[in-house]
Amino acid sequence: MEFRDYYKILGVPKTATEKEIKTAYRKLARKYHPDLNPGNKESESKFKEINEANEVLSDLENRKKYDKYGKDWKHGEEYEKARRQQQQQQQQQQQYSTDQSSQQDFSKEEYSDFFESMFGGGRSSYNQSHRPKFKGQDYNAELHLDLKDVYTDQTQILTVNGEKIRLTIPAGVENGQVIKIKGKGGLGINGGPDGDLYIKFNISNHTQFKREGNDLYQHVDLDLYTSILGGEIMVDSFSGKVKLQIKPEAKNESKVKLKGKGFPVYKKEGEYGDMIITYHIKTPTNLSEKEKELFKELQKMNAK
Amino acid sequence: MNTKHLISIQILCSHYDIEISFVEALTQMGLIQIEIIEQNQYLHQDQISDLEKIIRLHNELDVNLEGIDIVFNLLEKERELRTELNILKNKLRFYENY
Repeated sequence: MEFRDYYKILGVPKTATEKEIKTAYRKLARKYHPDLNPGNKESESKFKEINEANEVLSDLENRKKYDKYGKDWKHGEEYEKARRQQQQQQQQQQQYSTDQSSQQDFSKEEYSDFFESMFGGGRSSYNQSHRPKFKGQDYNAELHLDLKDVYTDQTQILTVNGEKIRLTIPAGVENGQVIKIKGKGGLGINGGPDGDLYIKFNISNHTQFKREGNDLYQHVDLDLYTSILGGEIMVDSFSGKVKLQIKPEAKNESKVKLKGKGFPVYKKEGEYGDMIITYHIKTPTNLSEKEKELFKELQKMNAK
Repeated sequence: MNTKHLISIQILCSHYDIEISFVEALTQMGLIQIEIIEQNQYLHQDQISDLEKIIRLHNELDVNLEGIDIVFNLLEKERELRTELNILKNKLRFYENY
């Protein structure tokens, strides 16, 4: 638990007047208000911090107490009293979890430990006291998936507020895409509608393929002889091995397209992007004497 | 008429402690769209988040309705730019180590 310098947070001197504190707070609130910085966690915590500072410094009694005991809060009598009070109060925690590698990540109004130790927990917070409650809180969560997972429709069971939600993630979802699940956020209050659940997908790629939209790209090594004479090779795709006909005299770094062997198109069942293959021609090494002779012969033929 | 997802303006006014005239002003500014069914005014529940945001900006930051309209337009532009940025980031990821 760290000491919080509320004067520093609001950028005012210790001698600041009530009006100066109010002005400083309002200026910072306009900058960091969560409605003006959607999805910005840094702004959100900054906003909480300035609200906390304002709650202490704008209240004469709180400010007095903070000025007197703030620095030495660890030893202050008031602190001990507050700490005992706090221990009696149990904080309710909302739970949200998934059975996969997702992150719990939704906003919650809260004070710092420092504040709660000094002034007690469970006070009516800025947000609770000033914000009317009707529609349930919107939840934000991040779901971490692998590229190969989102090649097909994914079913995940999420637990939100103790309720199990069966969620089908359509194949082809993009990295960074956010989907909204209506009515699966916090419960509405006084008959208000329930909040919504927003899930952001973080898709990591540990495959040999590169994805661009619905197309997949990969490099394929080709031996010199197949590249010159043509032939048939097997290449990987998400749907298994695919036979690829190599035309004679294939050039290094040339590309071929395998239609429909790419990534599924989001929410368009049966539609797929393409697979683009770039040839990497491997020149032979450790040649035998015989091979060298034959290459020399070829060289001579070309020198004519 | 189906009013399943509609919430009466009277209920909203009492819950959010706002005047009907405030809701009318928001409608006139085009910030929310009111539906009238059998002479009763309703707001679709999908617009409640916007209404809450408007009330917060108005009450907590003293932004007037014109200011809120500007804020909403800028936030929409920001959202579009964010989407574009995400697409570009994914593209950049494609060229990295390739």
